[in-house]
Amino acid sequence: MTSGNLAFAEAMRQINPDVVAAYPITPSTEIPVRFAEYVANGEVDTEYVAVESEHSAISACVGASVSGARVMTASSANGVALMHEIFPIAAAFRAPIVFGLVNRSLGAPINIHCDHSDSMPERDSGWVQIYCEDAQEVYDSVLLATRLAEHTDVLTPVFVCQDGFITSHCYEPVEFLGDEAVQKFVGTREMHYPLLDVDNPVSYGSFVMSEYYYEIKRNQIEGMNNVPRVYDELADELATLTGRTYPKLEQYRCDDAEFVIVVMSSATGVVKDVVDDLRRRDVKAGCLRVRMFRPFPTADLCSALRGKRGVAVLDRSASIGGTAPLASEVKSALYDLDERPKIQEYIFGLGGRDFFPKDAEAVFERMQNDDYERRARFIGLLESCETTEGGK
Amino acid sequence: MSDLEAASFGKPKCWRDVPPGTIAFGATARLVETGLWRSMRPVLDTAKCVSCMRCWLQCPDASIETNGENKVSGIDLFFCKGCGICAEICPTKAISMHPESDFQKNEGAPRELGENPGSVGEFIG
Repeated sequence: MTSGNLAFAEAMRQINPDVVAAYPITPSTEIPVRFAEYVANGEVDTEYVAVESEHSAISACVGASVSGARVMTASSANGVALMHEIFPIAAAFRAPIVFGLVNRSLGAPINIHCDHSDSMPERDSGWVQIYCEDAQEVYDSVLLATRLAEHTDVLTPVFVCQDGFITSHCYEPVEFLGDEAVQKFVGTREMHYPLLDVDNPVSYGSFVMSEYYYEIKRNQIEGMNNVPRVYDELADELATLTGRTYPKLEQYRCDDAEFVIVVMSSATGVVKDVVDDLRRRDVKAGCLRVRMFRPFPTADLCSALRGKRGVAVLDRSASIGGTAPLASEVKSALYDLDERPKIQEYIFGLGGRDFFPKDAEAVFERMQNDDYERRARFIGLLESCETTEGGK
Repeated sequence: MSDLEAASFGKPKCWRDVPPGTIAFGATARLVETGLWRSMRPVLDTAKCVSCMRCWLQCPDASIETNGENKVSGIDLFFCKGCGICAEICPTKAISMHPESDFQKNEGAPRELGENPGSVGEFIG
């Protein structure tokens, strides 16, 4: 039995990265702490850089990565926010850093529990974003992310996200590969323009005016565009070792479903249970889990939701003043369909507010009753004032 | 690497050809004509100049030319961006600033002698 954090740290031990620079923060603390033990005990050869802030941690990671090192780190919430300035730089430098992002609400108010308000602001920073449902998936995703990030056609850093405490601290059975199998799968990093190659000198991050900034960004976008193809190849390769498959978009009893909940990360388990219950009662319910949020699997999502009667999108973060991130992507993806399903946006679970089976049941029930609102509804919110909408 | 070799890298004509990761290879600024950015031109009056070298020290583009005796002899208009620091700090007012348009009457439109920084327009379809 192990937790999401310790599964991440175990994958790191087996991969044995060249450099880890981290500044621990709840709930991702265990990742660097456990890994520091591996370093101290001589179980890995990694250079562990103890730094004075998250900004320094990710900066050290970028420097090491463009020097040719295989680099990993982890953070959460306001630590992630402090790193924000460096994320687009890492992506533009094509620094294939693998990042354990343990989702926690962004203060204020200060809160240590899960929502996605820390990772969602980084969705436009040029990093791949993978959201895991459980600890097993976290472990497998670290192996996948290492290969994906470093692939010549991709060269893009990857966030491996898991839900704070719910996934990061709950113990569950996790199946590990042997050390040798992991080493064989991840191989060694092939670096094309290492900063420390003094015989073939290059500069990273030079000043570029309007004459080439545009072309460099377009070139970077192509790396992200190559992710789906490369990801599918690597996921197939890993599946031959583990027997576990991780599509970018997981469809659970979706094929003949009339009503579908679109959700991410750990809350998916609850929705799947409710789908099973409803199926026993002949309600054609389905669940669609978005595992890869960047790049967003638009085409897959479009074909999965084509012809559905109703869709509910559950966001674990809000875009204050706009449409919540997942709902925004789903609506945008479905625009090209001739006949679009009805969509209801929901916000849930902010600051670790529990998400219960009855909440998912209520969402399906509203779809069956053709009960939609143009505004987002809130699940599990105290609101027994004027209206009780979304509060039950 | 010589300046000529560095210049032979040429400018990429397509976004697919830019090096990945913001990488810049070894190159030179000697062929880049920053003088094309100038809108005010410094003019040196050698009769007033006492070669105190303040302009030589302060010029951000190392555009103050000297002769073999370390005396100020002119201004390198290939690089000079026309910032006017030299004119501002000159203790004898030997350098004065004049609009480039004043010279066009006699010289015609500025002729491009080096690489024009910021110019890729010719490649854009």
